[in-house]
Amino acid sequence: MALLRHGALQPNDWRFVADDAAVPDDGAVTVSLNRWQAEGEALRSRAAPTGVRLKNDETALALAADAHRLPLIELEFPKFTDGRAFSQARILRDKLGYQGELRAFGNILRDQYFYMTRCGIDAVELPDGKPTEGYLAALKEFSAWYQPASDGRTTVLELRHPANANTRRGAAPLVSESVAAHAL
Amino acid sequence: MYRYDEFDATIVQERVQQFRGQVARRLAGELTEDEFRPLRLKNGLYLQLHAYMLRIAIPYGVLSSKKLRKLAYIARRYDRGFGHFTTRTNIQFHWPQLNEVPDILQHLAEVEMHSIQTSGNCIRNVTADQFAGAAADEIEDPRPWAEIVRQWSTFHPEFSYLPRKFKIAITGAADDRAAIRVHDIGLRIVQNEAGETGFEVWVGGGLGRIPILAVLCRRFLPKEHLLSYLDAILRTYNLLGRRDNIHKARIKILVQATGGEKFAAMVEEEWEKIKDGPLHLPQAEVERIHRYFAPPSYETLAEIDAEFEAARLEHRDFARWARANVVKHRIAGYAIVNVSLKPEGGTPGDVSADQMDLLADLADRFSLNEIRVTHHQNMVLPHVRKRDLYALWQQLKAAKLATPNLGFISDIISCPGLDYCTLANARSIPVAQRLSRHFSDPRKLDEIGELRLNISGCINACGHHHVGHIGILGVDKHGQEFYQVTLGGSSKDDAALGKIVGASFSEDEIVPAIDTIIQTYLANRAGRGERFVDYYRRVGMDPFKEALYGPATARRPAAE
Amino acid sequence: MAAAPQMVTANRLVDGAVVYLTAANGWSENFVDGAVWVDKESADGALGTGEQAVKAQQVVGPYLFEVAVTDEGPKPTSVRERIRADHQPTSAADVGSWTGRVPD
Repeated sequence: MALLRHGALQPNDWRFVADDAAVPDDGAVTVSLNRWQAEGEALRSRAAPTGVRLKNDETALALAADAHRLPLIELEFPKFTDGRAFSQARILRDKLGYQGELRAFGNILRDQYFYMTRCGIDAVELPDGKPTEGYLAALKEFSAWYQPASDGRTTVLELRHPANANTRRGAAPLVSESVAAHAL
Repeated sequence: MYRYDEFDATIVQERVQQFRGQVARRLAGELTEDEFRPLRLKNGLYLQLHAYMLRIAIPYGVLSSKKLRKLAYIARRYDRGFGHFTTRTNIQFHWPQLNEVPDILQHLAEVEMHSIQTSGNCIRNVTADQFAGAAADEIEDPRPWAEIVRQWSTFHPEFSYLPRKFKIAITGAADDRAAIRVHDIGLRIVQNEAGETGFEVWVGGGLGRIPILAVLCRRFLPKEHLLSYLDAILRTYNLLGRRDNIHKARIKILVQATGGEKFAAMVEEEWEKIKDGPLHLPQAEVERIHRYFAPPSYETLAEIDAEFEAARLEHRDFARWARANVVKHRIAGYAIVNVSLKPEGGTPGDVSADQMDLLADLADRFSLNEIRVTHHQNMVLPHVRKRDLYALWQQLKAAKLATPNLGFISDIISCPGLDYCTLANARSIPVAQRLSRHFSDPRKLDEIGELRLNISGCINACGHHHVGHIGILGVDKHGQEFYQVTLGGSSKDDAALGKIVGASFSEDEIVPAIDTIIQTYLANRAGRGERFVDYYRRVGMDPFKEALYGPATARRPAAE
Repeated sequence: MAAAPQMVTANRLVDGAVVYLTAANGWSENFVDGAVWVDKESADGALGTGEQAVKAQQVVGPYLFEVAVTDEGPKPTSVRERIRADHQPTSAADVGSWTGRVPD
């Protein structure tokens, strides 16, 4: 499985460790939310990067205390028609101010990629055998969007009313550095 | 009406290009049908009984003459010469070819139209009141808000893969003509004690297999918070709506399972966190959109028009049509004209390309270029001078668009049914045709009075039969088409769901059964002033059961 | 077990037209050209041919449906398939002056 991150294909150095397997001392790993909550102390003191893989029926707010320290949160699309992870991504970015990497995995269509980046997702694990050029083309299909989301991109509303300060009220940061890095 | 600026036009144009690319990938085999289906549905393209079906959006039911002429062109060039208006004020074409759909969408984009989100598990066309801006009982025009919601919901990155479809309706008058109680979100413009207008928010209504009336979610929502509040409802639904069972996936199920009060509290909690964020509507944008809906330049006229009054006295048919189809306008000397798309023996809601062209001309000539579609599958010419009514009527009559039956039993609302739809169990259109022939005498229509009759070809209820005063539901019994009758539904402020009268009727029995129901009402009502639905509410099901099935069947529950 | 006679039908991908699988493994818009499969094995085989046509981007949604074999040839047994075989609704549309697709 390759990783599409910030417009480039990259090797995936991370590994998900199942609940019944031992967490190795080194190597970047993600664990389930249950495991993170159960073994928090041990995992936090791990020298190598540790992230959390959220199931899409788990509440993102459960990571409120730890969002600032997690380098990676993985969000699942069990079927591409199941769009719960879009909301999870936005909660992590907008409510918890999460600045680390958000990665989508599972059954994904390239036609969803643009929406994923708008919701604050940085990277997708690509299904094997699918051409990647389509994903980058998908990001360019739209040059204007109505709604504010979690990517910090200028909306049609702001373009229509550039002098208006109202559209940026609110304390939570709207975009992580990693997302801003590949915002168009 | 709203006119696209460069941003609206860009978004629609880029959508056409995107879909053109998706169709090419599909035809080249780069997308399987399973992958392509949700993508084509989000562009309103279904695969139906005979062919593909394209559902084109008519946002809050408003058309211009230019848009209507383009629809006529599409009917002739790409389809079979006619279109069908639906209960959500969209238009359907029944024979587009997949490889030509991107071209159709391109033509539509030229007149600021599209098929965006008319299907799929996303937010659908926002519907409003067909008399908006013209009605005498209007508190505030709901259409600017419908446009604001349309833009917010278009390609919403978070809410495009919902558990199921999502339908929003907005009303701004004392009389709810938008059926808000049977929508996923229903919004009513109301006034608080301080005289400010805001929204009453209803949530969790819907028809289909499990019909449920919406519950009140918030009594008064200040207008500048509309989008953040909708966001809160949608986020709650996106996260918690059921994904395991397509028949339990609507928000109405979530609201019922959670409990209305608890659901409202969850929405409030989410909303509190976001209400002062970027979705707080700037006044500048609210004003910008409202300017497009400023009243047209009306002439200053007397309320009574001598020509109209004289024509009424002289021409009985004209008088009858005026009484049935013409509605009071808030401006003196003007009238709202209902264009009946229910001619005797016709298909409810169908309009030929020739009729569309004529109606476009009539809109230009008589209605300040504006024409609308209603969720009862009729049309409206909203701003007609009274002195023009007779001339207009003559034109409509020649084109079979002047049947004097608005709100009467032959003003039938019907889904396309088994003649077109893969989901249907029975045909609905032939039943509508036979009923409209049976009840064609205008004097009979007058005598029966106000009666809403809705027909659905299957339990998905696209004909909204649950909210008909009389509802007919097509069912499959041993491979034969049968029809179940319900009584006592209503989609207005007295919203109610109809109850099944008893065993279903065969194709041959259904029209006589409806006739029996009508005879029972006429013979026993308290007088002409007692409407059918009021008579039913007073006497209940028993008189109808007795008349239909015999005296012994009264006071027993429905056989099926 | 004697199965009811069946036919394979689908919609053509490019234009959505209703088509029937013929004995020569082609697709015809005419119901009368459709091949009748009288036992489960051949019917399942025919459906498999339909699935292959899906993979070749010819048709979508192939399925088997029952027909009755009469003196005048096969006829669909269900209302739905009778309507489908006609390629039009049972209620005539009043379309005014339209006589056929008008080219640009």
